[in-house]
Amino acid sequence: MNRLLLNKIILVLSTLSAVVGISFLFWILATLTYKGVSSLHITTFTNDLVEGGIRNLLVGQFTMAIVASIIAVPIGMFAGIWLREYSNNSKLASVIRNLSDVMMSAPSIVIGVFVYALFVAPFGSYNGFAGIIALTIMMIPIIISTTDNMLSLVPKELREAGIALGGSKHKIIMQIVVKAAKVGITTGVLLSFARIIGETAPLLFTSANNQFFTMDLTGQFPSLTVSIYNLATYPDEASRELAWAASFVLTAFVLIINLTGRYMTRNKK
Amino acid sequence: MSNLIMETKDFNFTYAGVDAPSLKNINLPIEKNKITAMIGPSGCGKSTLLRAMNRIHDLYPGNKYEGEINLYGTKGKENILDLKKENDLISLRQQVGMIFQKPTPFPMSIYDNVAYGMKLAGVKNKSELDGRVEKALKDAAIWNETKDRMNTSALGMSGGQQQRLCIARAVALKPEVMLFDEPTSALDPISTGAIEELISELKKDVSVVIVTHNMQQASRLSDYTAFMYLGDLIEYDKTDTIFMNPNEKLTEDYITGRFG
Amino acid sequence: MGGKLFKNFSFFSATLSFFILIGIFSILFTYAQDSIREFGFDFLGSEDWEADEDDEEIGIFGGYIPVIGTMLSTLIAMVIATPLAMGIAIFLTEIAHKSLIKPVSIAIELLAAIPSIIYGMWGLFYFAPIVQSTVGGQGVGLLTAGIVLAIMIIPFMAAITRDAMNTVPDVLKESAYAMGATKFEVIKDVIMPYSKGGIIGSIILALGRALGETMAVAFLIGSVMAIPSQITDPTTSIPVLLANNFAEAQGLEMSSMYYLALILFVVSFALISVAKFYFLRQKVK
Repeated sequence: MNRLLLNKIILVLSTLSAVVGISFLFWILATLTYKGVSSLHITTFTNDLVEGGIRNLLVGQFTMAIVASIIAVPIGMFAGIWLREYSNNSKLASVIRNLSDVMMSAPSIVIGVFVYALFVAPFGSYNGFAGIIALTIMMIPIIISTTDNMLSLVPKELREAGIALGGSKHKIIMQIVVKAAKVGITTGVLLSFARIIGETAPLLFTSANNQFFTMDLTGQFPSLTVSIYNLATYPDEASRELAWAASFVLTAFVLIINLTGRYMTRNKK
Repeated sequence: MSNLIMETKDFNFTYAGVDAPSLKNINLPIEKNKITAMIGPSGCGKSTLLRAMNRIHDLYPGNKYEGEINLYGTKGKENILDLKKENDLISLRQQVGMIFQKPTPFPMSIYDNVAYGMKLAGVKNKSELDGRVEKALKDAAIWNETKDRMNTSALGMSGGQQQRLCIARAVALKPEVMLFDEPTSALDPISTGAIEELISELKKDVSVVIVTHNMQQASRLSDYTAFMYLGDLIEYDKTDTIFMNPNEKLTEDYITGRFG
Repeated sequence: MGGKLFKNFSFFSATLSFFILIGIFSILFTYAQDSIREFGFDFLGSEDWEADEDDEEIGIFGGYIPVIGTMLSTLIAMVIATPLAMGIAIFLTEIAHKSLIKPVSIAIELLAAIPSIIYGMWGLFYFAPIVQSTVGGQGVGLLTAGIVLAIMIIPFMAAITRDAMNTVPDVLKESAYAMGATKFEVIKDVIMPYSKGGIIGSIILALGRALGETMAVAFLIGSVMAIPSQITDPTTSIPVLLANNFAEAQGLEMSSMYYLALILFVVSFALISVAKFYFLRQKVK
């Protein structure tokens, strides 16, 4: 075939791929907005699931994700700090770095199964703690990798300058190095929060779900995403509408966090 | 009367998104089978001018050319700024080869690197390819080092070898002109010597334009030298004249190392 | 906090992910023991999934159907996603005008950020009917699950491939253009070979992601314990079977569920490891 023609064809096909990809984004968002907004009422936010609202679900989902973040962020950050600042790139560090990378892509349902075996089966009941632990396990490797990468961008002269001024290593790390990487790490935390807040599979048989408002983490705990899964498959129209409304709220939140994160690092690339 | 292969006439060049032209009214002849060096401080426009001569600037949208750049090739006189079709640009680049600052071996075998341009140009016959690859490698003085490892990756060669491979790759297309953009600035002195020797040999068959910030290199190698400064062509003459007896004060200041 | 304590706590945190990983493997392996002892590797070849009504400790369980369902839905997704993702990456690195790169990149990354349950719901209510009316079948089934799975992994694959392609030095591309190559030839002969590792890595990572994807597939694959005879037939996959039936299972069936989870975990682990350490080897900065 003529080289120039072949060239044109490939370029057109590539451009079309991008068009297809973007069309799907808009298709999904348009559907979601249309169905979601038309199903939203004031009562959606003021009622609990049992009365046809999502108040308890939002509170439940956010409680689990926020508590998971409170546990995962320090652990992940300290782990990242160890990898970048203390490990001297030893063999052990590369093993840990690699395993944590692998964990980041582990199937989330398997994490649900694991947490079920350890924190649900022995107690004989689904509970909010189990949900939190599952989300924490999902979040830690993401925070590790973000911290690790962001610290690697901090020039080593900065560390040397700090040490040269007579600072102790851990103070330099906290007061100078981490501070220098603050924006990047914060963005990473935001993005990973956006990721776990939308997770369903690890919650299915850990927190499971609850129709009522509760803050009792030892029992079944309300989850927005698990509810969406249940509601969407019910045959009645009201349940489906609620599922759309919940999906719309969830997606809007996730995308806004994502865009915020990107906005924060806009000058970094 | 001199024998031109290329010339720029009232040539202006403006980068995309910039108001002021980076090159202003450049009138530069390129003599056939001679080596023309372009010197000048960083940012003077010498590389910009070189990259206009095969229209590699066209890879990035929005750049603006004005004036003429004429190529007196086998097809007779042709203003390369008039070329519009991709096909014509491709054939221009086959006539005007280019060697970059850093060696740019493609991620393929030594043989395929040299054969690549010919294959693009439609040469399919295996024995013709073999012959021309061998000839090009010999012309680039790298045949002895490569003949037993033609099918190994070019990425395993040393920097100097890679640069000679890139020259072989360009020579294989039998270009009329070869453009060198600081070809030795990333190399050690021994490799630099080998490349310089090679470039001197090449002028039997092609005309050479070389951009360099190494003035010894320009004086050793070239027949003609153009001194550029802030987008202007300040002076062009025989290399001996430029280095021994320049007309312009600015040229003298530059080559005596008073600035730049 | 003293320097020593700080350092020790950092070290403890770093090793935690290591222990979690070991923990996942040993828990799955331990709880799968009954099923592994009963069925061994024949588990993978058996289509039966029948619990005994009276005694939860007996029954016949085989993973053939969910394993095949997982493989087929993933295969369909990969066949569709790979060329599209390559196309998008090429568009972003070589074709798009500067002013387009950013918005298109953001759109693609937002597509990756949408929770998978949303893909599932959208797929069930909007995409499945389209599949049904164009190729027949019941709407839900292998094909629908595969296509929606493809849409989910495209942005992911495209982003990593784009990053790999962006590492090709401009001067290398210029020198190919300088020899008279067309854009496609530069892509095929320079960019692709140069970024080969990253591209293959991205494909394998996306494969791992597709294998383990639960929610989108749960809505769309039909969740039926049957071998599909046509591409539009409903079937099930390992994650979907786990999502729907894990919590209610008892005894040997439960153990067989752990067995399936173990298989999924080991396969994903292997794939991700190969992708990360062989193809996407991280340069330690």
